[in-house]
Amino acid sequence: MLKSREDLTKLRDTYELSLAAETKKILVCAGTGCISSGSLEIYNRLIELLNERNIPCSIELKKESHGEAVGMKKSGCHGFCEMGPLVRIEPQGYLYTKVKLSDCEEIIEKTIKEGKHIERLAYRKGGAIYKKQEEIPFYKKQTRLVLEHCGHIDATSIKEYLGIGGYTAFEKALFDMGRDDIINEISEANLRGRGGGGFPTGRKWAQVKHQNTEQKYIVCNGDEGDPGAFMDRSIMEGDPHRMLEGMMIAGLACGAGEGYIYVRAEYPMAVSRLKTAIAQAEELGLLGDRILGTDFSFHLHINRGAGAFVCGEGSALTASIEGKRGMPRVKPPRTVEHGLFDMPTILNNVETFANVPLIITNGSGWYKGIGPEKSAGTKAFALTGNIENTGLIEVPMGTTFREVIFDVGGGMKDGGEFKAVQIGGPSGGCLTKEHLDLPLDFDSLKKAGAMIGSGGLVVMDDNTCMVEVARFFMNFTQNESCGKCVPCREGTKRMLAILERIVEGKGEDGDIELLLELADTISATALCGLGKTAAFPVVSTIKSFRLEYEAHIYEKRCPAGSCQKLKKIQIDPSLCKGCSKCSKFCPVNAISGKIKEPFVIDQTRCIKCRACISTCPFHAVKED
Amino acid sequence: MNKTFDYKVVDEIIDELGNRQSAVIAILQNIQEHYRYLPKEVFPYLSKKLGISQAKIYSVATFYENFSLRPKGKYVIKVCDGTACHVRKSIPILEKLRKELGLSEMKTTTDDLHFTVETVSCLGACGLAPVLTVNDKVYPAMTPDKATGLLNGLKEDK
Amino acid sequence: MKTNNYMLIDGMPVEINGEKNLLELIRKAGIKLPTFCYHSELSIYGACRMCMVENQWGGLDAACSTPPKAGMAIRTNTRRLRKYRKMILELLLANHCRDCTTCNNNGKCKLQDLAVTFNIERVRFPNTAAKPKIDDSSYCITRDQNKCILCGDCVRMCNEIQNIGAIDFAHRGSKMIISTAFDQPIASSPCVGCGQCAAVCPTGAIVVKNDKKKVWEALDDKNAKVTVQIAPAVRVAIGRELGHANGENAMGKIVAALRRMGFDEIYDTSTGADLTVLEESNELLKRLEAGAAMPLFTSCCPAWVNYCEKNYPELLPHVSTCRSPMQMFASVIKEQNKTSGRRPVHVAVMPCTAKKYEAVREEFKTDGVPNVDYVITTQELIQMIKESGIVFADLEPEAVDMPFGTMTGAGVIFGVTGGVTEAVLRRLTSDKSSTSLMSIAYQGVRGMEGIKETTVMLGERELQIAIVNGLKNACDLIERIKTGEHYDFVEVMACPGGCINGAGQPFSSLKEKEKRGKGLYSADKLSNIKRSEENPLMMSLYSGLLKGHVHELLHVRYKAGTKEEN
Repeated sequence: MLKSREDLTKLRDTYELSLAAETKKILVCAGTGCISSGSLEIYNRLIELLNERNIPCSIELKKESHGEAVGMKKSGCHGFCEMGPLVRIEPQGYLYTKVKLSDCEEIIEKTIKEGKHIERLAYRKGGAIYKKQEEIPFYKKQTRLVLEHCGHIDATSIKEYLGIGGYTAFEKALFDMGRDDIINEISEANLRGRGGGGFPTGRKWAQVKHQNTEQKYIVCNGDEGDPGAFMDRSIMEGDPHRMLEGMMIAGLACGAGEGYIYVRAEYPMAVSRLKTAIAQAEELGLLGDRILGTDFSFHLHINRGAGAFVCGEGSALTASIEGKRGMPRVKPPRTVEHGLFDMPTILNNVETFANVPLIITNGSGWYKGIGPEKSAGTKAFALTGNIENTGLIEVPMGTTFREVIFDVGGGMKDGGEFKAVQIGGPSGGCLTKEHLDLPLDFDSLKKAGAMIGSGGLVVMDDNTCMVEVARFFMNFTQNESCGKCVPCREGTKRMLAILERIVEGKGEDGDIELLLELADTISATALCGLGKTAAFPVVSTIKSFRLEYEAHIYEKRCPAGSCQKLKKIQIDPSLCKGCSKCSKFCPVNAISGKIKEPFVIDQTRCIKCRACISTCPFHAVKED
Repeated sequence: MNKTFDYKVVDEIIDELGNRQSAVIAILQNIQEHYRYLPKEVFPYLSKKLGISQAKIYSVATFYENFSLRPKGKYVIKVCDGTACHVRKSIPILEKLRKELGLSEMKTTTDDLHFTVETVSCLGACGLAPVLTVNDKVYPAMTPDKATGLLNGLKEDK
Repeated sequence: MKTNNYMLIDGMPVEINGEKNLLELIRKAGIKLPTFCYHSELSIYGACRMCMVENQWGGLDAACSTPPKAGMAIRTNTRRLRKYRKMILELLLANHCRDCTTCNNNGKCKLQDLAVTFNIERVRFPNTAAKPKIDDSSYCITRDQNKCILCGDCVRMCNEIQNIGAIDFAHRGSKMIISTAFDQPIASSPCVGCGQCAAVCPTGAIVVKNDKKKVWEALDDKNAKVTVQIAPAVRVAIGRELGHANGENAMGKIVAALRRMGFDEIYDTSTGADLTVLEESNELLKRLEAGAAMPLFTSCCPAWVNYCEKNYPELLPHVSTCRSPMQMFASVIKEQNKTSGRRPVHVAVMPCTAKKYEAVREEFKTDGVPNVDYVITTQELIQMIKESGIVFADLEPEAVDMPFGTMTGAGVIFGVTGGVTEAVLRRLTSDKSSTSLMSIAYQGVRGMEGIKETTVMLGERELQIAIVNGLKNACDLIERIKTGEHYDFVEVMACPGGCINGAGQPFSSLKEKEKRGKGLYSADKLSNIKRSEENPLMMSLYSGLLKGHVHELLHVRYKAGTKEEN
């Protein structure tokens, strides 16, 4: 149990030394992605092999000094899940991809013993072989600050976190700074909420600090529900202590003694890593009563979500922690005044809290130097869709879409044509080619009618139907609507029904106008932020791709060729020999014709079962 | 109160999580982990213990997607239909699984209580899309055929 | 008056004077802003979004949840707002049963009313209303989920004011419904039949059970002798819908109307209340003398009795054994008519829905026949009067019938919270002067507060009295008693304000509730006799019909676990 600042610094020095003794390190990625590809077996196998060969290996940092050893680490997610299981070797910085159990022996023999690179396991792209992780284009163009430890340290060890200087920001805040100093530093840094809205974090903290109540709460929103976003998950799994440190600093600054972390139910590993991290911090006395001999006490609790997207909304989230239905409530009063258990509450998301220690350690001046002044810092994005490199990335705010998609993301997959990028999940909008040079920051996106949201970036090529994309998101929102307010509950249902009709070829004149009218009503009158933004994907796709909607409605045609129900199956008369085989197989008698003359398909009867395509011996039946 | 139902498990869970109204979600989660669903018998019991109306507990239990009032299968297969998985064709996997097991959107659990198939909005494993989970274990880069293989493996296992 | 505490509503300056939200202020300014989910006595839910207003910056605020601020300027009726309100109505209607003409709530439905007001000419969405899902299990209310607009008023009433928790939201999104646990019939839920959910329901989703038909049939039956009693609270609430002022005592006209409708004998439940006062006072005195466990809870309110049975069975021995005034009077009337040549049918006109259940309880049957055959509510009586074609406003007041035609002011005030206590105190106090009457009235028994407490000297003894209305308040008081607070006498009325605000009455706002209370107090003031024991009828009853039958006819012992579901 650490009783003073000296205790902490001493312990940190010890672990720094013992970390330094690990001249070689094998970091096996233990993110959800790599585990699913078998990384834990690889981790165990590597230890086994080291033991067999009597190579000293350090699984856990120890206080007492020891000789050189190979550090064996379970690291957090590298964000390059597609290439997993990933193994990183230090000090060389080699990154091995798609490692198999059978590769383990060679890794020990060649790389650990002799320091040689195994080319076979390296990432390769366009003929080039990338030995080191930092050389890979995917990583080269990134600025990893919040994610700096993800993949580089053992995510399950507070010792390791201390060894690389962990909890120095908290120490500095606790002993060297006043409460106002902390808030000023955060305000000065222009840190804005990473959960989507971009509200200035410092201002929020100041508002809570000024409330005169005995009890206040710090709540971390880890209910990352946007489909296609997993930034927060990676932080919780890969560097949990960084986030805890941020929450502790917030508690200190605002005079809160208790904190809650609300984690999505779909993230069981994040829950277990956070539990471990909290237990470790409690054991050392970094959490608990009278921390490090000061008057500051802070306790942390974890709440698991139970499957409701709407709980990402602040008041719904606090309601859920209170054991109620996660239905947003009317504001005012705001969360900073009457939040969790009706007490003043700071509610920030995972990434926001993870930024805090960086700012406290390095100062607001340094932080403001990254990205545009009004949207300082970096932002993590989950890059997915029809793009070459999918994964978790972190770039300075203000990086353009073009840089993200074509430099970090490596451009479109399979040489497809860029069509649009969907940002901000179900609350966001679709941006097109003309926006490629738009900088990714809160204000620029707002001007363009989109929002950063939590940071999901879905890149779409010209095979993607934008009406179908709108339907997909509307289906999601409609499913996740809490049902409280009329416009969201009833309005999204009607919008979805209209969109479903359109993609099925049953669209009618006036549908676009009705969609826009519904969207306008919902955006203007819905109760919570999720409702207000629910129609954005529809509005933005109508704005940029109205012709596509019109083609579906008036011509019963899907220009992207993706809507199944609008596909036409036709017989090429130049290839058809009139054998009648297809008409016999047709379950709905839609095909007719005279023997030895080209047959035709009655489109009004065809159910697109494609039976004719597979039966035609002359490949005359085609789908367009 | 039902005389044949053993409330020991519920008591232990309440003892661990605290006899507080705010703990009701966590209590239901643990009960569900134990029984694989929320038995009807626990509602009046919890209502009395926690001082919340049964209607309110029912209200909470039906709000959150993870709670089930009907027994779930031994293997709960969740097919991710998040954006990344959706654009990489997760629906055919779902359809294949449902077809193999004779399930649908309405009927999600097999009669022998071995399998439950449901969708989930995002598992956050987008880099490996499309994915599914079986009792929280993630299976990456699935295809309809791989899903069938997985299913056959699980069937032998039972 | 502060001159700078103004804001502009549609260009008019309106002074802010402690209003909690814009909606209150807007209504104060005389503008009828539409709402579904706002009730000043319930918490703010903010879900219907009909009360949105436009602020001077072009933004929209929900008036129900935005506090007024000096210098603010809002518009309540702009092109945008009209468009949104119409769309919200259209969306609600698209999902709603639209058989208005055959709906139990036809003419009283807020959705119907606003659809007319906003001139909704067509609904552009397919009607997705499911088949009616009717829960007919309760004697008091009927639920039809298909007419529900999910405003949540009933849920908040049931939970916040009544603390019953019979219903709540279930499921979510477009699958959300109002439901009991596991969607079981309402009769097997903790529902006590107070009907307050129906009182606040803006549509026909929860309505009071309708028993008019049975009453008409009895009136048509030549072999039946139909007697009727009218509860005190009915007379001050009936007027509003029949061309009278709310709160005005219309008893004389009610009697005239009932007589024209063909009732054979018409009585005033206040007479029954006089019996209750005498019996309950006796019981209290006996308990005090015997040093029995206190407090004594009143038993007039059937919803309270239900609540006690379901939630605090251990307190049942504390509940007075007195039957309610309706039941006492019914026993007497039935006993009297036992030998009349025709089949005796007794009807009670009540402000209350729970009385419908009380009437069918086994405890109140004689030879398997209920003493009160049918209970109709004030609202049902209004409908019957309208159905009869009687022009209520033009009726000349008439007097009730004999032989049970005398009543006292003490009985009349039973209809308002505190009334039972006041009447009992009038009986108990030895000082029978008119100043003593005044002093009892001003001892803290009157007023609409949820919990009132007072201390009265009874001889040497200091009597601790509590008066509660609203079951949440009752529950709070019981918890306090359980932790050791002492009371001798506790009056409980389930409905906020007492019977004047019963769920069978036309729905009333807080202000109208007060008016109704005042109406009863002024009826008391005008009455010739103010003390139950001075009612000459009492003397003759006790020496006649009741002699040797007091216990059998006027008392009951509620037992836990033996009652049927209501």
